[in-house]
Amino acid sequence: MPHSALAYIAGAYEHPLRNAPDTSVAQLHAEVAFGALADAGLSKDDVDGFFCGPDAPGTGPLSLADYMNLKLRHVDTTNTSGSSYLIHVAHAAQAIAAGKCNVALITLAGRPRQQGKSKGALKRADDPNQPDFQWESPFGIQILGVYGMVAQRHRNLYGTTAEQMAWVKVAASHHAQHNPHAMLRDVVTVEDVVNSPLVADPLHRLDCCVVTDGGGALIVTRPEIAKSLKRPLVKVIGCGEAPVGQNGGYMEITDTGAQRSGATAFAQAGVKPADIGYVSLYDSFTITAMLQIEDLGFCPKGEVGRFVMDGNLISGVGRLPFNTDGGGLCNNHPVNRGGMTKAIEAVRQIRGEAHPAVQVPDCRLALANAIGGQLGVRHASSTIILERE
Amino acid sequence: MTYQNPAPEPSPDSLPFWQAANRGEFLIKQCEECDQAHWYPRPCCPFCASAKTVWRQASGRGKIYSYSYLRRMAEPYVIAYVTLEEGPTMMTNIVDCDPEALSIGQPVTLVFKPSQDGEQAVPLFRPLEP
Repeated sequence: MPHSALAYIAGAYEHPLRNAPDTSVAQLHAEVAFGALADAGLSKDDVDGFFCGPDAPGTGPLSLADYMNLKLRHVDTTNTSGSSYLIHVAHAAQAIAAGKCNVALITLAGRPRQQGKSKGALKRADDPNQPDFQWESPFGIQILGVYGMVAQRHRNLYGTTAEQMAWVKVAASHHAQHNPHAMLRDVVTVEDVVNSPLVADPLHRLDCCVVTDGGGALIVTRPEIAKSLKRPLVKVIGCGEAPVGQNGGYMEITDTGAQRSGATAFAQAGVKPADIGYVSLYDSFTITAMLQIEDLGFCPKGEVGRFVMDGNLISGVGRLPFNTDGGGLCNNHPVNRGGMTKAIEAVRQIRGEAHPAVQVPDCRLALANAIGGQLGVRHASSTIILERE
Repeated sequence: MTYQNPAPEPSPDSLPFWQAANRGEFLIKQCEECDQAHWYPRPCCPFCASAKTVWRQASGRGKIYSYSYLRRMAEPYVIAYVTLEEGPTMMTNIVDCDPEALSIGQPVTLVFKPSQDGEQAVPLFRPLEP
């Protein structure tokens, strides 16, 4: 039985650059926007809804909408960091269903490598009004350390090993070898990962994602418009979002919002994890992807270490092909906000337009999940489920 | 060279905590309505929304909830969550320790150390002597 459509993703575009010394941030946004419109077969003047995150320079959507000279009747600048862009897909579908817009443009772009942020050890934005800031900044909080704590606790609770975590990177590297735009194209082994330097115990250097310039864009539209275009139909059939905090000091940092965002999306779509042919998972670190596999229900809690071994995430080899573009671990992680590229590769898989070496045969159902913010501190998970029509 | 904790920027509602820290006292917030202790300290209870939260002296004893040794930093340090005897878990650093010999569940005890600028005592933890 066909599932009811919330909306369709009619256009998707990933910027080919990973280093953009000669391109402004606004130009990157415009290039991905117009790339996604061209992919859909729509024009700039068809856009009446614009969705962006804080990577958009200026006040909310205003500067970029003016720069691209968009004529809008709906805007949304929801910010849950890297998961924003999947939430934008959900909110665009809702706005379209409510009649607030017909063609929604979602953009992400930036050039962190040009601004001296090419390493994972990023300091957090310094806002003393952020209520948690004074309780975390004195202790040298940074991304590596908190994900290190998440991985350490998962190892302690469930016996997850460095070799098991390494399998996630190995799978991503197998896929990235086929992506000419990928930042890292060399296939690596479990030994390569566990022999790379420890950066934040138990995370090794090769457990960490890349930081890239560039970006991506999506076009979400209503069924009548999608069906009038000459592209394969990619139907959004389920969405979920779940912010997670520290619960007043009583938290379990190995539990992610994917438990709730996934359950919501699966319920709305009327499908279950075993039905999914391809997954895009946020892989800021190997452990990030692993926790989503558990919390989305692809394996029981605590068993992901064994689940990912022996190439189980490699397309054509294992049961759960993931991040066939090479993911954030090898391909692209523009502006440290990985949700956008997760949606783009899921669209390619549903359309049958992934690289032939990694395309999942007859991929009818795909799931994309993102974790924004920082696992173990405060984060938001967002899930979308896509179906080929 | 050892890691120097950046000084916090106290807010009006947290000033009593940081002033007490400079007297060597470790305070946490507890709710008089629902009796639950929470972290980080807030004027309104994050569980029942009551404004009747009060400062109380904490024991300074706890156990390591999780930790990570940031060994590639110019001044390597251990970031950690410690679960306090009173219930809630807080972010901190483990100091005066062998970073490679720590474990989750290990008993630790509070030690105040001065911040980078020397102005503010910061609540850190060290392993309890065996």
